[in-house]
Amino acid sequence: MDKFRILDLLQLDLKENDALDLSCIGGRPGLIREITVPAINRPGLALSGFYDNFAHQRIQILGRGENAYLKKLADEGKTDTLEKFFSYEMPCCVFTNKYQPTDDFLKLSEKAECPILQTGLSSSDFAMRIMRVLGNIFAPKKVEHGVLVEVFGIGILIIGKSGVGKSETALALIERGHRLVADDVVEIRRVSGNILIGSGAKIVSHHMEIRGLGIINITHLFGVGAIRDRKQVQLIVKLEEWDSSKTYDRIGATEKTMDILGVKTPYLLIPVRPGRNIPVIIETAAMNERLKKMGYYSAKEFNKNVMKWLESESARAAFLNEQ
Amino acid sequence: MTEKEIVIKNRAGIHARPAALLVKTANEFSSELFIEKDGEKINAKSIMGILTLGATYNSVLKISAEGSDEKKAVEAIAALFENKFEEE
Repeated sequence: MDKFRILDLLQLDLKENDALDLSCIGGRPGLIREITVPAINRPGLALSGFYDNFAHQRIQILGRGENAYLKKLADEGKTDTLEKFFSYEMPCCVFTNKYQPTDDFLKLSEKAECPILQTGLSSSDFAMRIMRVLGNIFAPKKVEHGVLVEVFGIGILIIGKSGVGKSETALALIERGHRLVADDVVEIRRVSGNILIGSGAKIVSHHMEIRGLGIINITHLFGVGAIRDRKQVQLIVKLEEWDSSKTYDRIGATEKTMDILGVKTPYLLIPVRPGRNIPVIIETAAMNERLKKMGYYSAKEFNKNVMKWLESESARAAFLNEQ
Repeated sequence: MTEKEIVIKNRAGIHARPAALLVKTANEFSSELFIEKDGEKINAKSIMGILTLGATYNSVLKISAEGSDEKKAVEAIAALFENKFEEE
């Protein structure tokens, strides 16, 4: 990952529940400072003079308590503790609830070139949101060559060799009312331990390349209902040209998985051949996946019934033999 | 595996036309071809992939290939960059 700077944090396009509502009110030259750890710190102890184990490399959040203490310091005309505070290299200080830092604080931050940010959110709200944002940014990331679509609420990553028909399959799915998340370049992040979230690159988002047509804009052609910005990857479908020497799964009672960033994700290998309607097969796979999530495993249930029947048949045969 | 580092010499960078030319050339080979910029590696046979790289004038890219015709493939792709995609 490239360095993630305070400037990048301010430029993030976050909406609704993710919005951080940040603005820079001082120490602008420091906006090039880098955030190195996805963590926050309340610098109350440090401000009061206790600097042992001061986590200065974290984002410093100053809320009501810190703000009141700074006011008290200003009233008493003390600046030595603030000078010490700014002698540490911090990524930035954030004032919550739109609290205004004292003049001394601002002056010293300018001198130290430490960016001072302000947000209208409460401290707890801001802490929660920034942790989520940083969690996503610092999450392990991987780019997969494929198409990510949402089919009946299941996020399906379609992969396969160039030219096998991934985009065409996705287009057929969109046409049937499903949604496109990303075509060709799917950025996958692992968040909260074992959840894979896929999204597209901003510049080409919701555009597709269809051989013979060129680049098309899905949002304009099919409407906003046909797209989504990100989606969890819940199933991987690999399309492959039918290889007659290979045996494909005929029962599906064993669940195959594929490893992405250490997360085992259900995986299906689907052979492509003229006459096989891949979009319908993928729709069915999505519904089957939903059934499995609800606790019903078609192939296993079927086999259970077959076994039960065989048992009763053999019992019947044994009984008839005895007679 | 064959690798080669190149620098983009056409002023406009890699926009749609050069990307299309790149993909066309890449598809003439059976090898797996990749282009890497700032640690981001994409499939050279995908137009969208190449466009997302945001490869501007003077950026450094690494071409890599794996397969039976990897040497030829890397040479052909590098030649495109050398010739500034027949632009300018």
